[in-house]
Formats: sequence, C-alpha cells, structure tokens
Amino acid sequence: MVRKSPGFAAILFVVPPLAAASAMSPAQKAIVDRYVAAARVDPGFSGPSAERGRAFFFTRHAGGKSDTPGCTSCHGSILAGPGQMRSGKPIEPMAPSVVPTRFTDAANVEKWFKRNCGDVLGRECSPAEKVDVLTFLLGL
Amino acid sequence: MTKTSFLPIAAAPALAAVLLAAPLAADGPRLSPIKDPVVAKECSACHMLYPAGLLPARSWAAITANLTDHFGDNAELDAATTQRVADYLAANAADSAKGSGKVLRGLGPAAVPTRITELPWWTRKHDKKDRITLATLARKGAKFKGDCKACHADAERGIFDDDE
Repeated sequence: MVRKSPGFAAILFVVPPLAAASAMSPAQKAIVDRYVAAARVDPGFSGPSAERGRAFFFTRHAGGKSDTPGCTSCHGSILAGPGQMRSGKPIEPMAPSVVPTRFTDAANVEKWFKRNCGDVLGRECSPAEKVDVLTFLLGL
Repeated sequence: MTKTSFLPIAAAPALAAVLLAAPLAADGPRLSPIKDPVVAKECSACHMLYPAGLLPARSWAAITANLTDHFGDNAELDAATTQRVADYLAANAADSAKGSGKVLRGLGPAAVPTRITELPWWTRKHDKKDRITLATLARKGAKFKGDCKACHADAERGIFDDDE
C-alpha cells in the first residue's frame, strides 16, 4: 500500500498556485511555448510572469486609440464574464475556466494580438508581453 | 424664403393618408446569407454578419483593401483569408448575378459607399420615414444605426422584413 509521507503532503500544499499552468491544454501550452521561444531572443527575458501580465492587462496604455486605452475597454474587468465589441456584439469571457476553447488556436491568438495591440498601444506587442498576458489569462 | 421648400401644412394629412394606405408590414428584401464558413467567422467576429448583397462589389473591394482601418478598428486578416473574403463578397455582391438591384436603386455608378446606411435605398427606407431616431436605437439596444438585427431579427439570414 501507498504511504503518504509528510513531504507528499507538503507538495500538495504548494501545488495550488501552479495548478493553472498544469491545467493548460496541450494546444494552449504549445502557443505559450512558441511565444516563450520568441521572447528568449531577448537576453533580458526573465521568464513568464502572470503578475506582469495582469498589470499589463489592467493598465491604461498610451499610444493607441482614445476609445480603447486598455484591454478592459472591450474585455471588461470581470474576465469570467463577457466583454463587448464597439459594435455592441458580446465578446466571450477571456477565462479559459469559463470558455475552454480560449487560446487553443495559435493563428487566432496572433490575429487578435496584432489587431488589439495596434488599437490599444499603437504598436505591436513584444513576445515577452504576449507571454505575460497569456500566462495571466491562462490562470483564470 | 427658405421655408418655401417645406411641405405646405395642408398637404400633411393627405401625405399621411397615402403612407397609411401602403401595407404596414411590407416585405423587405430577401438576400442570400453568407455561406462560406471562413467568411462568416471572420466577418461576424466583431459585428453582425452582413449579407454580401447589401453592397456593390466596388464597395466590398474598398472595404477589404483597407482592413487595418475598418471603420476605426484594426480588422486585419492574413493575405489568404483577406483574398477569400474579398472573392466571396465580390461574387455575391448586390450588383452580382446573385444580388438584388433593389438595394442599389438611386446609387450613382461612381459612388462607393462603405456603409449600408449610406445607400439611397437605405435612407429612403429608414431616415425619410424617421424610423431610426436615437430613442428607437436605445429602445432596441442598437449601438449604431447599422446594427440591422436590433430591429430585423433575421438580418444575418438575409431577411429584412419590417417588424413594426
């Protein structure tokens, strides 16, 4: 029979903060990995950070369009709930725990980064920024 | 003076009678819905799915050539997808064999409207009958007057019957 050692219990206790990462589907992980590989080209890249991603997501940026200063302009602040396009059309919740198909299509993810970074920041997002934002969102 | 361009007051009741004599629930145009799944997905990602028959091919060409500034938003697609969308819209446009000429009535041959609400046909059907006021839009939950399906529930399926 299997005996639980104190060490095993300790691991269980430590695991929750990392649970989100392990809950990533292979398709989601492949997308993150690709952006990580691109980000590593910059020697200053220190690895993915959900905290930086959260800050980036909720920041009011400059350089983009005045009616879309941040990610929350369309996605809202409650990411388990829907957002709204300028046209009024609803946007599916960002949280993969609510919409499991989120961040499973690499071309779709890149298409929206390209469009939205342009609208919100007036420039493309760096691979490191994409890694951070994805890491934050994939934990939701 | 300028007032002479207005209808004489006395004519108003007569005009109202003429308008009321027309069927109240006249059938709107029936257009073909978008059948290509890629076109349907991309063209409905941000707004309702407009049937291709609502604009002439030259308008769709102008729109698909400038997706980076799509009514103020970046709606950029990769080259292959852009081409597929452009080809489909051209083949099914209002002035294609599959289209309805009705929609283009009164539109000059050189005019390239990029908004359906700029079509003389649209204006005749809506503005002139005062159907689209700010109060109406608010009541229907439409954020702009081109949000057809706020009032025409089956607009994406190409059915634009009057609903009131």
